[in-house]
Amino acid sequence: MSSPAPILEARGLYKRYGQVVALDGADFELYPGEIVAIIGDNGAGKSTLIKALSGALQPDDGEIRLDGQHVRFRTPADARRAGIETVYQDLAVAPSLDIASNIFLGREARYGGPLGLGLRLLDKRRMRREASTHLAELRIGIQSISVPVESLSGGQRQGVAVARAAKWARRLAIMDEPTAALGVNETRQVLDQILRVRERGLPVIIISHDMPHVFELADRILIMRLGKRVAVVTPQSHTMSEAVAIMTGATQAELEQAMTKDEPEA
Amino acid sequence: MRPGVVSEEPVRPVTTTQRSLQLARRVLGTPTVGPFIALVLAMAFFTVKSDNFLQGQNLSLVLQQVMVVGVLAIGQTFVILTAGIDLSCATVMAFGQIVMTKLAVVNGVNPLVAIGLGILACVAFGLLNGGLVTSLKLPAFIVTLGTLNIAFALTHVYSNDETYSELPSQLLFFGRTFTIRGTEVTYGVVLMFVLFGIAWYALTQTAWGRHVYTVGDNLEAARLMGIKVSRVLLSVYVLAGLTYGIAALLLVGRTELGDPNAGQTTENLDAITAVVLGGTSLFGGRGSVIGTLIGAIVVGVFRNGLTLIGVEVVWQYFVTGVLVILAVSVDQLTHRSRA
Repeated sequence: MSSPAPILEARGLYKRYGQVVALDGADFELYPGEIVAIIGDNGAGKSTLIKALSGALQPDDGEIRLDGQHVRFRTPADARRAGIETVYQDLAVAPSLDIASNIFLGREARYGGPLGLGLRLLDKRRMRREASTHLAELRIGIQSISVPVESLSGGQRQGVAVARAAKWARRLAIMDEPTAALGVNETRQVLDQILRVRERGLPVIIISHDMPHVFELADRILIMRLGKRVAVVTPQSHTMSEAVAIMTGATQAELEQAMTKDEPEA
Repeated sequence: MRPGVVSEEPVRPVTTTQRSLQLARRVLGTPTVGPFIALVLAMAFFTVKSDNFLQGQNLSLVLQQVMVVGVLAIGQTFVILTAGIDLSCATVMAFGQIVMTKLAVVNGVNPLVAIGLGILACVAFGLLNGGLVTSLKLPAFIVTLGTLNIAFALTHVYSNDETYSELPSQLLFFGRTFTIRGTEVTYGVVLMFVLFGIAWYALTQTAWGRHVYTVGDNLEAARLMGIKVSRVLLSVYVLAGLTYGIAALLLVGRTELGDPNAGQTTENLDAITAVVLGGTSLFGGRGSVIGTLIGAIVVGVFRNGLTLIGVEVVWQYFVTGVLVILAVSVDQLTHRSRA
């Protein structure tokens, strides 16, 4: 690995629910400017891992470092304050509010001075302006910034969610199966948006079931199995079927090799 | 591994019929258009049926009759926007009304202090409703059904079923009138319009308003976006309590009584009817307080107009019942078409 220090790093994450061990000492690194995909069969622990990284749950053991600093996210708000934004597969938008309102949801801009401080007046014009510039930068085509989100297609809605994450994420963005609910064309649009987010220098973690998409987008692919990271591969080092073989446990022998080949020194 | 989710969306040519249907749906979907049409139709109907309806004096009377329900409906709108409902609104108002009149008449408390304590009693009920909804995660329907009965009982216990009259003038102020070009205007009506203005501002021009809509629209999204959902809900119920307290003052001004039996028949359903007729969705997240104002006036126009054309009072209940079911059906249908 050429990159010097990881932006986000996790060591030995452990999480159990009753009898079920969801994370069994999982490790993770994300380097500046890259897209890392996390793949794994159902129950492999990828959702639990992402929830631990985004503050949606707290691991029982292990540590997370952001820019080398030890961090502990008790809520998604903690992670967000640290500059980590998440895009959820089930479209965390308010359908009846317009696009600008959704992009600024929970972070509304008020006027300065007495209008804002005393009367709490929203600066709607500024929010609309910033939102449309931002959408244009990510080339998310939307007719009007002031239409309610429910009048958009699923792909456009997810575009709004991606744009929101990209706008507010200072360190990195997490995309939890962002295309799972979308059709073919819409998926294509969202994938292009994610690539553009990376072009702007923001590293991205993505969970996806879709191997072709994973191999198209990702710089590195982290393979989870039984709550552990079993391999880190790249689209160049492995084929899709090799990755799937590792994921399902068909290729045990290859694991050691993959680990030594691609895991950077901590 | 499962294959990538593929769902091809068929490209349909948009015909003119479809386009006009879409247009019709959009116009009817605009929150305040439907209620406004209902208001115009109702007014046209009663204008034709009765010569006395469209007189300045009568319209001023309609507004005077509407002011209590209108102010109650402001608080009710806040609650319904969060996908809740407040069944206790009119009985809480009745309790506040008894508190302020008994303190002033029987205990000789300074009338302004008595008013303040009466309003505070309603705010306390709002706090109780909001606290139970947020901390115990109980459905608003059940919580407010409980507090409805609690407020009802407290009203009768505290008043010993006595009615208080000969109230000090400060309590009657909002029932007084002034004259503009020969038409009498009640101060309480002016206050109602001012409160609607403030509520409109809070809901549409502040972050708090956005959060109220979001909590009702997509609770999970509100949470994920860092909105403090419990705090928003609590503020909604407390503010609703405040509006019920102000409604209590308006009621006292209009009836010039502290009546333990007030607010137990028409006001509760009328307030909810006003909100729903005003196009606010019982599913939460959609609607406007301006619609509620129109809805409250529609209810008032029906009550007044039916009286003018000599329809018996029981049939007014019948009509209100039909109206609310109609409005909820429209809400249900548009909600389904959205999903």
